[in-house]
Amino acid sequence: MTTETRSTCPYCGVGCGVVIASRDGQITGVRGDPEHPANFGRLCTKGSTLHLTATPEVTRQTRLLQPMQRAARGAAPQPLGWDAALDSAAARFASVITAHGPDAVGFYLSGQLLTEDYYVFNKLAKGLIGTNNLDTNSRLCMSSAVAGYKQTLGADAPPTCYDDLQHTECLFIVGSNTAWAHPILFRRIEDAKRANPALQIVVVDPRRTDTCEIADLHLALLPGTDVMLFHGMLHLMLREGWTQPAYIAAHTSGFDALAALVRECTPERVAAVCGIAQDALLQATRLFATSPATLSLYCMGMNQSSSGTAKNAALINLHLATAQIGRHGAGPFSLTGQPNAMGGREVGGLSNLLPAHRDLANAAHRAEVAAFWGVEQIPAQPGKSAIEMFEAAADGEIRALWIACTNPAQSMPDQATVRRALQRAEFVVVQEAFAGTATCAFADLLLPATTWGEKEGTVTNSERRISRVRAAVPPSGMARHDWHIAADFACRLAERLGRGAALFPYTTPESVWNEHRETTRGRDLDITGMDYAMLEAAPQQWPLPAGATQGRPRLYEDGRFATTDGRARFVAAPYQAVAEPRDDHYPFSLNTGRLRDQWHGMSRTGTLGRLFGHVPEPVVQMHAQDMARHRLADGDLVHVSSRRGSIVVPVVASADLGASQAFIAMHWGPEYLGGRSSTGMALAGVNALTTPQHCPVSKQPELKHTAVKILKAELPWSLLAMAWLPDGEALQARAQLRALADALPFVSCVPFGATGNGTGHTGVLLRAADRAAPDSALLAQIEQVLGLSGLDTLRYADPRRGQRRAVRLQRDGATAHVVGVLLAGDTRAEAWLRALLQDRLPAQDFGRQLLSFQAKAPAGVQSRGKIVCSCFGVSESAIRDRLGQCSGSGAQRLAALQGALQCGTNCGSCVPELKRMVRATAALA
Amino acid sequence: MKLVVVGNGMAGVRTLEELLRIAPDLYEITVFGAEPHPNYNRIMLSPVLAGEQTLEEIVLNPWEWYGANGITLHAGKKVVAVDRRRRTVRAEDGTEAAYDRLLLATGSNPFMLPLPGKDLEGVIAYRDIADTQAMIEAARTHRHAVVIGGGLLGLEAANGLALRGMQVSVLHHGGWLMERQLDRVAGELLCSALEQRGLQFLLHAHTAALLGNEAGRVRAVRLQDGREVPADVVVMAVGIRPNIALAQQMRLHCERAIVVHDTMQTVTDARIYAVGECAQHRGIAYGLVAPLFEQGKVAANHLAHHGIGRYQGSLTSTKLKVTGIDLFSAGSFQGGEGTEEIVLSDALGGVYKKLVIQGDKLVGACLYGDTVDGNWYMQLLREGRSVQAIRDQLMFGEPAATP
Repeated sequence: MTTETRSTCPYCGVGCGVVIASRDGQITGVRGDPEHPANFGRLCTKGSTLHLTATPEVTRQTRLLQPMQRAARGAAPQPLGWDAALDSAAARFASVITAHGPDAVGFYLSGQLLTEDYYVFNKLAKGLIGTNNLDTNSRLCMSSAVAGYKQTLGADAPPTCYDDLQHTECLFIVGSNTAWAHPILFRRIEDAKRANPALQIVVVDPRRTDTCEIADLHLALLPGTDVMLFHGMLHLMLREGWTQPAYIAAHTSGFDALAALVRECTPERVAAVCGIAQDALLQATRLFATSPATLSLYCMGMNQSSSGTAKNAALINLHLATAQIGRHGAGPFSLTGQPNAMGGREVGGLSNLLPAHRDLANAAHRAEVAAFWGVEQIPAQPGKSAIEMFEAAADGEIRALWIACTNPAQSMPDQATVRRALQRAEFVVVQEAFAGTATCAFADLLLPATTWGEKEGTVTNSERRISRVRAAVPPSGMARHDWHIAADFACRLAERLGRGAALFPYTTPESVWNEHRETTRGRDLDITGMDYAMLEAAPQQWPLPAGATQGRPRLYEDGRFATTDGRARFVAAPYQAVAEPRDDHYPFSLNTGRLRDQWHGMSRTGTLGRLFGHVPEPVVQMHAQDMARHRLADGDLVHVSSRRGSIVVPVVASADLGASQAFIAMHWGPEYLGGRSSTGMALAGVNALTTPQHCPVSKQPELKHTAVKILKAELPWSLLAMAWLPDGEALQARAQLRALADALPFVSCVPFGATGNGTGHTGVLLRAADRAAPDSALLAQIEQVLGLSGLDTLRYADPRRGQRRAVRLQRDGATAHVVGVLLAGDTRAEAWLRALLQDRLPAQDFGRQLLSFQAKAPAGVQSRGKIVCSCFGVSESAIRDRLGQCSGSGAQRLAALQGALQCGTNCGSCVPELKRMVRATAALA
Repeated sequence: MKLVVVGNGMAGVRTLEELLRIAPDLYEITVFGAEPHPNYNRIMLSPVLAGEQTLEEIVLNPWEWYGANGITLHAGKKVVAVDRRRRTVRAEDGTEAAYDRLLLATGSNPFMLPLPGKDLEGVIAYRDIADTQAMIEAARTHRHAVVIGGGLLGLEAANGLALRGMQVSVLHHGGWLMERQLDRVAGELLCSALEQRGLQFLLHAHTAALLGNEAGRVRAVRLQDGREVPADVVVMAVGIRPNIALAQQMRLHCERAIVVHDTMQTVTDARIYAVGECAQHRGIAYGLVAPLFEQGKVAANHLAHHGIGRYQGSLTSTKLKVTGIDLFSAGSFQGGEGTEEIVLSDALGGVYKKLVIQGDKLVGACLYGDTVDGNWYMQLLREGRSVQAIRDQLMFGEPAATP
């Protein structure tokens, strides 16, 4: 019998409600929760495929299912029991703490943990152990927004809500590719634009992203110049008389200093620094200031910056100066990247915070928390933020690391330092749901955690809305809940330290949450009016103090802010250029960001071939003219190098980037993109390049800008190997292949194909390159993994030339299909062989031509190209073909397209791209 | 002038054909043949055995041809003596003929293993029409056949006998079939293809003895490991030996075969020529048909006093005459030190191709299952031209390599 369980999506900060279908302890389906106020039943490409990431096949191949321990670094981990694992962890932590003090340990957590998980860890570190060395990957994500809100409005509270999208008249989107990073919110933006065609949308982004498709104005500013832009806008507002002096006088302080600062930010200067036209600057400013209601949406483009806090504050300055705040449809709205970055902030899950938005630096706050927890004191010594924590571990200052639900060996900048930290630390615990993350390779102890579909607790989304996360199925294998692991460890550690035995009496997530709730009493985020029962009925926004029946959708409507004097503060921070400007040696600005269908380190989305349909493989994007100048063609391998590291990756031209800019998706970590330097060092994915330099206030690193050089990689021997493998084997095979090819200078390895497509097969694609052909034994092993060793495989080999080819045909009556291919040496035949395989085209007529080198496809083979609509698997070429037959206006042609091919009619994530294609194709006369 | 030819087989008559073409009136020609047949195509005996052709169809030069060309034919008369001083030839029955030039084309004899029981009834070689007829007859009346030798001839015999309804076992001392013509992979492909046709193979099989019944007919073959294989007919196909008995008796210099110069004249006596399997040129006695044609052409040229032809040895290639099985090998197909190999295989499709390259030249080819490019490879081998520029296309045939 199928049961349905309401829960929350584990991906982005929109926090969509999902309904999980399960039968006999297995998740069988997922749909959007029509009742949930974040999404009203909608889901994006990632959310709508969640159930496919929880199949028995995926679980068996990718999950960490039992505690494991390594006798030595690099050794294969061996299973052990939970008691032994936790005792061993407690003993190691206790001995480090006793010998070197509490600050010799550190906890690195995740914005994907639930509020309850976070709370227990925070109490464990700051309450029991007495160290503030607890930070999370929210540091890479939201800490500039936190600091920006606190500096200006007095509290870390987004004052707006999703409903404001329906009320706004001017949407100002900065540093956010909402269309890809928050797709369901973008659906609401599309709805708002449809309902109110007068709605003006300005997008500020160095790249022309899909979000720009809906924009009335796109300001392609130069990377990192946001503060100059905002100051320039304020300069114009003052010049044009568009500020609201009465509001400024009544509700703010510090405006004069700011006005003095922006005096020199003339339109000429702003245009020059930001690389935009003065007209556009004026137009954007007019829209922002004079619209009846202006709502800004912003995300990593603002936060991941060495001046992240200044950027946030400078934008909020504009809202305060024009009184675009505290009203329907107006205000600065920071979009959170992760599903529960907000919850983490609420419980004080950062090294500078304490529960319920209290500050570690504040002695009164420390005393309140110590009293609440019943501990002697909370140490005043500030904890180390993410970057500092790994630097301290690399320097030997932090000796034991506990990493939960995050993958720093993929996601942290400056991987060389992160790796040194993980190698040097005496004891590394990784608490994870997935066994194959890059960080797992460095763990001494691996603790299996439950994950989406198995967990119970709460999360808070971007609009301060707390939703329940519910378990639909029991934990996989021996996995345990994160809060439970932390509490169990804490009790064992307390015993060894001889204190705090009673600190962790929790029996359920609710018991943890109730304690957390109590810490919020009287605070800006007071939720004492809520309980689990209320959340069972419906998600609720905070604040919701005792006595209230519903939360507050908007804050500061009365003009009173969360500062001591109730006035918002203008911040007069001067513009500062990026930390690492490009120069003659490193002449390109590298930007990183999300793909539409992937999530972070891809430990979950990476299990589904279909989510690779849109962007199948790691690439670096460049401007076509830069490529021409460097004699690069699409698909050429290049070394992308920064002052910290280097990677090898194929290059492709992109019309979305300005000159001297480059882009690599943040997802391509060492699990998917590998290689070795000429000195044998393992290349560590995109974050081998990025800089650890960070905002001095928020400590958030500048992941959005790195100076790099890009040089053609001379690796003439290349390899492409791909095959359809049974669903139950493909992911393991992918991991095996990735490991097999690890010694080559370039390797990338990805799955492909629609999982759960009824064929029972998932594709695996390996690409590699070297200076000369590697040992043929390696190729034989690769063939073995891809099922290319049998008699049904056609082969060609010219070992001296490094040429080797294998093509496996599956014969089915009169037809035959290519089900596996290995091309080594000359891979020019890839274009059509890949189409034959991926699109399952009949191949019986090609015979041994399949082994030939020819780059030109034999007649009858046409590649479908990338998949634009991943819900219905509609390819770019199918859309183009169809568009050739459509007539009428853009909207009519889009409708015709959707009617004929269904593309963009389910989750809608591809609609911006469809619109762009419609625009790029001439209408039928 | 008088020309006497000893041997009415393919080599001798082919030489005459060449000679008649360029100098039809120069010689008065006499031909002695041991078999009572006009010249026939020996390599087509296998299709005859397999029932795909008749004996009439494989005759190359019918009786009338000899008369029409003024040739005196003594068929069924084996030459037993030659007097080099008097320059006369004498056959078994006393027929004599004088010569100014003598062409020896005595061919070769099948090698019979010196096994106990080799003289039993039902033990035959595979060389001529009589042997073929004996096999056809045996297949009509008996059931079990054993072929000793998994080379070209043995397999053709085995295939023919199987097609005539016999249960055939092939005993082969090597690790794979046709090891002088195929590499292991191709040999194994061939083996499984023939097994699918019902043949049985015993590899690494060393024959110890042939066992007979009371009537003096063979009944089984015993192997050195003790196994016995039932056999009503045993075909020995373990190789050939050049037929040089007459030459030795004539005191011509012989090693493995009659040693000849590039003109095909024997090194001992310039009036005497030798061509075909009985001739040894630059250390090699060929056992295939193609070199024999080339030798015949040179010998004819010289006999015609043109004096310009020189034989410089042949590149040989092999084909198996078993319908439905295509294989081809040529040159140094085994590869080895200093060579490189390009290999293409399609195991289910029954195709295997290996090209051997030394320096920038093609030096060998071994094709199984798809031999359409064999002649092209043969041409490249013969020309010895550089294949560097077309190396990547070489495997895919002439059309791919000549855009």
